[in-house]
Amino acid sequence: MNENVGIVIVSHSADVARGTAMMVEQMVGREVPLGWCGGDPDGGLGTSVEAIMAAIDKAWSEKGVAILVDLGGAETNSEMAIEMLPEARRDRVVVCNAPVVEGAVMAATEAASGATLEAVRRTAEELTPV
Amino acid sequence: MMVDRETRRRLIVSVANRIIANADELTDLDRAIGDGDHGTNMRRGFTAVLAAADELSAKSFGESLKGIGTTLVMKVGGAAGPLYGTLFLSLGKSLSDEVSREQVVEAFAAAVDAVKARGKSEPGQKTMLDVLFPVLAGLREGGEGFPARLRAIARLAAENTIPMKAIRGRASFLGERSIGHMDPGARSSELIVDAVADVMEGYA
Repeated sequence: MNENVGIVIVSHSADVARGTAMMVEQMVGREVPLGWCGGDPDGGLGTSVEAIMAAIDKAWSEKGVAILVDLGGAETNSEMAIEMLPEARRDRVVVCNAPVVEGAVMAATEAASGATLEAVRRTAEELTPV
Repeated sequence: MMVDRETRRRLIVSVANRIIANADELTDLDRAIGDGDHGTNMRRGFTAVLAAADELSAKSFGESLKGIGTTLVMKVGGAAGPLYGTLFLSLGKSLSDEVSREQVVEAFAAAVDAVKARGKSEPGQKTMLDVLFPVLAGLREGGEGFPARLRAIARLAAENTIPMKAIRGRASFLGERSIGHMDPGARSSELIVDAVADVMEGYA
């Protein structure tokens, strides 16, 4: 199945992450490897590097993984998680500068067409006003 | 200067206890201009560091710093995890048990730059950098009684964030309304510097 770019959703809230993932699955189906996480290491609102690394692993595809984040700490923690990945994977994971829900759906739609990581990212980032 | 196992353990315990003891204050500061989780997050991170104090201090200075960094990255949760994690991971890359002041200055300069890159931030934007940069300058200057001076520099630098307007982080959403509150990250950095100074002066 992993012929498509994977999508990871990182939110401060586990509910938002799961809900977004459900929307993606319903709209795009299961052809896109999908990982999600939300909440800090104690289960409160926040993000966890460990959980993000696990979500990347779950969504792993040789074509790469695009991460969608909600707020500040989610972005910083995602960048940290990427840096802690094995070297061979590090260059194939990107954080998209896009709104988390719309970005995830758009990125997954693009990914489902077999697009490259760069194209998936571009599609998600088109949603961000310049 | 030799950073032996006992000194390493004292440094870890002093810094961790200081953060844990002041966690509520950090949360209050963060509640004013952020999302109110800085204290809780830092307490969680440093409680994990404290629990591993013996194990961490048994390693070389460099490895124990890296261990602190990794623990903070994994446990803190908020943006502070990667930021403080990066600080300690970077310090651990270049410091060994036997260190000169020049080596500390060099390592600290590299670590502060790494934090700056991680946070995509500059001094003057109401962040922890507003304490770390003045402390770096004080460290560079050195001289008699410099732990006490670093303490004073850090205190003043944290206070100087009160009139600043936040440009980065959650507080930036508040814009002008972030003015008038001390930055919680600046305060936690000050606490860490203060706790290290305690060990250097033999108080902890």
